[in-house]
Amino acid sequence: MPFYRAPVKDTLFVLEAVAGLYNQSHVPGFEAVSPDLVEAVLNEGGKFCAEVLAPLNLPGDQQGCTRHPDGSVTAPDGFKAAYKAFCDGGWGGLIASEHHGGQGLPYTIGAVMQEFIAASNMAFGMYPGLSEGAQAAIEVVGSPEQKAKWLPNMVQGRWTGTMNLTEPHCGTDLGLIRTRAEPNADGSYAITGTKIFISAGEHDLSENIIHLVLAKTPGAPDSVKGISLFIVPKFIVHDDGSLGARNAVSCGSIEHKMGIHGNATCVMNYDGATGYMLGEEMKGLAAMFIMMNAARLGVGIQGLAQADAAYQNAVEYAKGRLQGRSLTGPKNPEGKADPIIVHPDVRRMLMDARAFTEAMRALVLWGAIRVDLSRKAPDAAEREMADNLISLLTPVIKGYGTDRGYEVATNCQQVLGGHGYIAEWGMEQFVRDARIAMIYEGTNGIQALDLVGRKLGAKGGRGTQAWLSLVGSDLAAAAADDRLAFLTAPLGKALADVQAGIMWLLQNGMANPDNAGAGATAFMRMLGHAALGHMWLKMAMASQAALDAGTTDPDFHTAKLITARYFAARVLPETASLRAQLEAGADVVMALPEAMF
Amino acid sequence: MKVLVPVKRVVDYNVKVRVKSDQTGVELANIKMSMNPFDEIAVEEAIRLKEKGIATEVVVVSIGVQQCTETLRTALAMGADRGILVQTDVTTESLAVAKVLAKIAAEEAPGLIILGKQAIDDDANQTGQMLAGLLGWAQGTFASKVDPQGDTVNVTREIDGGLETVALKLPAIVTTDLRLNEPRYASLPNIMKAKSKPIANKTPADYGVDMTPRLTTLKVTEPAKRQAGIKVKSVDELVAKLKEMGAVA
Ligand SMILES: Cc1cc2nc3c(=O)[nH]c(=O)nc-3n(C[C@H](O)[C@H](O)[C@H](O)COP(=O)(O)OP(=O)(O)OC[C@H]3O[C@@H](n4cnc5c(N)ncnc54)[C@H](O)[C@@H]3O)c2cc1C
Repeated sequence: MPFYRAPVKDTLFVLEAVAGLYNQSHVPGFEAVSPDLVEAVLNEGGKFCAEVLAPLNLPGDQQGCTRHPDGSVTAPDGFKAAYKAFCDGGWGGLIASEHHGGQGLPYTIGAVMQEFIAASNMAFGMYPGLSEGAQAAIEVVGSPEQKAKWLPNMVQGRWTGTMNLTEPHCGTDLGLIRTRAEPNADGSYAITGTKIFISAGEHDLSENIIHLVLAKTPGAPDSVKGISLFIVPKFIVHDDGSLGARNAVSCGSIEHKMGIHGNATCVMNYDGATGYMLGEEMKGLAAMFIMMNAARLGVGIQGLAQADAAYQNAVEYAKGRLQGRSLTGPKNPEGKADPIIVHPDVRRMLMDARAFTEAMRALVLWGAIRVDLSRKAPDAAEREMADNLISLLTPVIKGYGTDRGYEVATNCQQVLGGHGYIAEWGMEQFVRDARIAMIYEGTNGIQALDLVGRKLGAKGGRGTQAWLSLVGSDLAAAAADDRLAFLTAPLGKALADVQAGIMWLLQNGMANPDNAGAGATAFMRMLGHAALGHMWLKMAMASQAALDAGTTDPDFHTAKLITARYFAARVLPETASLRAQLEAGADVVMALPEAMF
Repeated sequence: MKVLVPVKRVVDYNVKVRVKSDQTGVELANIKMSMNPFDEIAVEEAIRLKEKGIATEVVVVSIGVQQCTETLRTALAMGADRGILVQTDVTTESLAVAKVLAKIAAEEAPGLIILGKQAIDDDANQTGQMLAGLLGWAQGTFASKVDPQGDTVNVTREIDGGLETVALKLPAIVTTDLRLNEPRYASLPNIMKAKSKPIANKTPADYGVDMTPRLTTLKVTEPAKRQAGIKVKSVDELVAKLKEMGAVA
């Protein structure tokens, strides 16, 4: 049975040294955010995740969800009680506004908890996670009446929410949506159609399920411009808040799938179900994207989370498993063999993992602060700057974060040898669970296209410029310190590769868009490496400063510098080959005629 | 009735402790510290008494380094009302702790003092008993049930032979055993509220107690490494081996 411990110490370091959480007191909602409070919240939240959610992960995977003949669905044993404890503990309302019964804490703290929750039990975390996305959309585009009607119970967790985009014939291309919304006399709509792959579409954790459904009104254009967003509750809610009749929406079946078995992936049938338009007609996709951007960050966090859970267990195993002797002579002479952590190839996998998780956590939280600033900074220029940066990095956090998270999870599985393949150790589950994060919420291919096709050039490339100059100025600030040259030099090169890549895309992507399409994934990985390198630079600077100041925790900061060195030497150089891939252009990718496949 | 709960900051139960290379103790620097698990049970019991309307106020006290404030905040986040930090950097020994607690008890006049039966760092299992001795109060140790009735409290004790229930006159001392209750997780709203609950800062001198340690630790070593065993093929062989080793006659 795998274990999980919330990485509270590393997170506190990142929040202070990289994300600058405590320098935002000018932002509403941050006044009360003190190191003491954050530490208490993360300690208690981490404890809840490790002791209540993590033990349900493996059994939840093995049991999965059950759809009963009457169409009801039950989550694995223990999920319902854990969900109640989660809600009673107020964790579902962490970032929700106090106005609706939440605690109004920064999104950044919410992002930390998302990591802890996803690392301890990703399938469980999706129930409240999707609900939070739905709440965000209602909060932003809902009318005051809608907010008052739906949000308080959702914040409390008594009701959960879902996102209904996908249909059998349309996933990536939402313009193809067929679900119809016919106006009723009372101003509501009758929703008819079939949605598939709806996470948490039906389950027994909450009293009501609030579906947010994309559908087309009569006569709407047959493209993404014709899509509207609707609130469709499982049970009709009376004006006094009490639950009424069952709505005409039902779960037709649940999918058998590779991972996240504890989360019900549902076919949802809408047969003239009563729905209420959320936001403006035919602006549904824009409204959905409000939750999509946060949801994409959330999925990137899932990649980080699975990697970290796998890493923690791999380290534990590598220290205890005795096999073979160190190439440089026995390290455990009293035993018959050395622990496998002495073998450089095992170290490689562990160092890869750690160099990724620590920097990815930093990138996520650095990005999360930008989300907070983009929403709440008093100064419009600061809001815009933050928004430009996080818009650029959202596809990177989602796409790169989950590609690498999956790789790391697989490598950590490898550390356990054959036992990594055996269910009871939990490693193969981390790998299976991590896999979906590369697919849903916009496949990683689509993330890469979003990055090169939209985000790089958005607003005349302002976000891109801002990010490049931020990294550049941190590099300049570190240049004076020779002790950091091990990192500044390779990061400088990686940044140059990214800049060259951007130039190449500008010159070649316009002439032949397939050039951009063919190189997008390589470019996203290149930018991801550089972004993590930037995070390592920030962490290395902070740790070097802490060591210089005679920190009481030298081991922690020394480990940071050693891991930074690994990342600089073993990961950053890959940007050169990624650049070569990009610059090879579309021709090598597209040359083989379709008929010859 | 006021309930007083002393809470100790100890190495987190998940941490694998390492002996310091100079053998003077175990490594404590930069290690995760938490509330002693038996004390969590004590806090939980006190809060439940308050929720039942039996206790009116739950006061938590911690004796030790400045960071014990975090331990107090944890108790406040669970639902205790206020805290007292008695700050000292010296090693806290049971008798000195009991003496400080006796003084606090005299000031606060609680009806019940609920302590953990032992702390998982030094496993002394004596502070509650010493405190009862110093105060001249009745004690119910290793409690698996605590049931106050008017001016007495019935305490079910876990003893070698089973369970024993004693009726103690209040004020009294109770020490908790594992099965008394399952401590709650602090809720997020309560963690937020705990921030603004009062913690009084005191020193042993405020109570006129000299906490200078009286014990000298000669040496701390790791338990002997487990030796590799041998496999036997049958029960007969096992019995023969045990006889050979003189383990059975
Ligand atoms: C377990 C699970 C849970 C899910 N949860 C939800 C949910 O809660 N709500 C919801 O609405 N949906 C959900 N989905 C659906 C998910 O978001 C879609 O599966 C995903 O967006 C991809 O759509 P698709 O499956 O139709 O693949 P397709 O769109 O058919 O894509 C197939 C392949 O083609 C590529 N591709 C497609 N178009 C392009 C393009 N223009 N350029 C380049 N490459 C392209 C894709 O990258 C992919 O590799 C879930 C799916 C799963 C498996």
